Amino acid sequence: MTKRVIAALSGGVDSAVAAARAVDDGHEVVGVHLALAKVGHHAGSRGCCSPDDARDARRVADVLGIPYYVWDMHEEFERDVMGDFIAEYERGNTPNPCLRCNEKIKFAAVLERAWALGFDAVCTGHYAQVTQSSAGPQLHRAVDPDKDQSYVLGVLTPPQLSSALFPLGDTLKSQVREEARARGLLVADKPDSHDICFIPDGDTTAWLHDKLGERPGDIVDADSGAKIGTHQGAYSYTVGQRRGLNLTTQPAPGERRYVVDTDISNNTVLVGAAELLGIRHLRGRNLRWCGTAPDGEFSGQAQVRAHGDPVPATAYVVNGDLHVDLHETIRGVATGQAVVMYDGSRVIGSATIEHTAA
Amino acid sequence: MPLVTITSVNAPRVYLDHAATTPMRPEAQQAWLDASQVRGNPSSLHAGGRRARRIVEEAREQIAQSLQVRPSEVVFTAGGTEANNLAVKGLAWAAQGGRTIIRSPIEHHAVLDPTDWLAKAQGFVIHEPAVDEWGRVDVDDLTRLLADSDNALCTVMWANNEIGTVQPVAEIAARCEAVGVPFHTDAVQAIGMLPVNMGIPGLTAATVSGHKLGGPVGVGALIVDRDARIDPLLHGGGQERDLRSGTLDAASVSAFAVALDLAVAEQAHLRERLITLRLSLVDRVCATIQGAVLQGDPGIDATQRLPGNVAISFADCEGDALLMLLDAAGIECSTGSACTSGVPEPSHVLLAMGVDGGAARGTLRFSLGRNSTEADVDALVAALPAAVERARRAGSPRIAMRS
Repeated sequence: MTKRVIAALSGGVDSAVAAARAVDDGHEVVGVHLALAKVGHHAGSRGCCSPDDARDARRVADVLGIPYYVWDMHEEFERDVMGDFIAEYERGNTPNPCLRCNEKIKFAAVLERAWALGFDAVCTGHYAQVTQSSAGPQLHRAVDPDKDQSYVLGVLTPPQLSSALFPLGDTLKSQVREEARARGLLVADKPDSHDICFIPDGDTTAWLHDKLGERPGDIVDADSGAKIGTHQGAYSYTVGQRRGLNLTTQPAPGERRYVVDTDISNNTVLVGAAELLGIRHLRGRNLRWCGTAPDGEFSGQAQVRAHGDPVPATAYVVNGDLHVDLHETIRGVATGQAVVMYDGSRVIGSATIEHTAA
Repeated sequence: MPLVTITSVNAPRVYLDHAATTPMRPEAQQAWLDASQVRGNPSSLHAGGRRARRIVEEAREQIAQSLQVRPSEVVFTAGGTEANNLAVKGLAWAAQGGRTIIRSPIEHHAVLDPTDWLAKAQGFVIHEPAVDEWGRVDVDDLTRLLADSDNALCTVMWANNEIGTVQPVAEIAARCEAVGVPFHTDAVQAIGMLPVNMGIPGLTAATVSGHKLGGPVGVGALIVDRDARIDPLLHGGGQERDLRSGTLDAASVSAFAVALDLAVAEQAHLRERLITLRLSLVDRVCATIQGAVLQGDPGIDATQRLPGNVAISFADCEGDALLMLLDAAGIECSTGSACTSGVPEPSHVLLAMGVDGGAARGTLRFSLGRNSTEADVDALVAALPAAVERARRAGSPRIAMRS
């Protein structure tokens, strides 16, 4: 069926090939580049986040022969993604901004606007698959396990999934690049983006210090309670973190020290051995079902970070919160991350991790 | 209701964006082709150079005649933006002591940004006279500002690109002359649409652009009074009275002169035709669309509004969304002045007139030109209701997010 489609063009290779495939499938496609953040105020940057990306997106639309517009979503992005990112860190959590962007921007603000303007769907270069079942749409992992992005889409509800087009879900990334080259898309060899888009240098700690101010405090040994270092703000530490601790008291040779907890109210970072990181239970809020809600307790696999391995788990809902019993111990689970429940390749739903327990 | 028909990008296009650029006149295209046959740098001393130079000088004379100035007062530039930069920076730099720039708040970015830069980087001070609800400069307020002895220059555009308001340029020029302050006007939108005499007393410099009147993009001129004190932007070979170095582009200059000559010759006739067409457009759109409001001066006189300019705000619409829907329906218009980044911002012109932010965001500009016909208006009136209804449903993404 021909759909009217907004293709979100980031300026990267994935969204370009996704849009090209949507055009090939006979859809009526309009390319839209989202202006999400005003980064830098040097000459040439007026009004847009990255002139390079915006230009690349425009050139993709030219090659595909589709209209192209820039939608200014920087207010929404700054409030709902960047603002949320800062606030969650300040509370001692480790948020996933890509997931929040899908939840609040790409498949909310953009999709709602697309619907209102007479479009049926939003097409992106995400690696994930949407299938139709008698019970409605289902979200599945991508064919390429290295690129699978179903985790950051686990917040999408059935109406959002019905209006989402992920044309790359059945393809390996290497083939996507080849296809981009064959199609004459100039972004074919553009490097993948790995960092958080609004922190281009990748230094999240420095970025948070700039936003929240430095708040010096102690790094404390979780066993002995002894002060073994100092930090510039407990909020910027993540459970499971090993690098960048700068301990003044070094652990014994061969021993590794990890952040095992942060105490925001006392501005203290607790550091200990890997064994202290193990958890078997977690609880999450902001529960979303990517399809019909399971009936009572259900079994599946839980994934707690974007590129983590899923582990067998049983889950149930109490007072609107998702409780997950893990069948294996996993380490270094930070609050604020999402727990996404899978049934094989299918995403059942997700929640934001609020509490973990051994 | 009809949905967005994206495939109609291939349908016949209705062009209602002549204030952004105009189709090139065939006579100008021919002039460009003819002049491009000539080999020679207009500054070279040999025969080829003289042939090229002759083309440039004949073009200069033609332009001078059309604008009622001397040939030596025509300084060719690479377009309106460069001419505006040369005028405001050149006059400011050459000013004897004065550190204040008087400018209207409704100037084009090609005047706003260089004057802002002069303030930020070089310590100049900017004073802006009040404008009325139609964006017309309050001459009494401007006169009050002119009484200050520290003025380096005054710049007020001849007619506004977004809402078409014509400024009392002759009166402002006279007030400036009375106190000895150099006066620049950006006349890019006015030429070919209004009677424009650049020989009026007190006018120090005026900006002209080629592509707004059927000439090529990338060529324009600053008309500079021969007694003006002005410093160059571009230093080099000393062309153009040492005011604008760079090899003269004989082909573009020739095409520009032909287009300008025709634009000025046809002005009175075109103006009359466009006023009729514009009134029809405004009446029909406002009768068709509830909540459509004309922005700017409703007057039809040449001292009031550009004949082909229509700015209409559509209540509860985002201009951005409306533009996209009309584009899909084959109609090309604008939300104000085109922005390279593509990110629309509420017009500073409308905000200066006291229009609220919502109405400013929902304003579209339809600008008629010499090829416009009633059939274009028919097409617009046919496409608008569905587009407005859609855009209203879309509302503002900001509002959608709050719910």
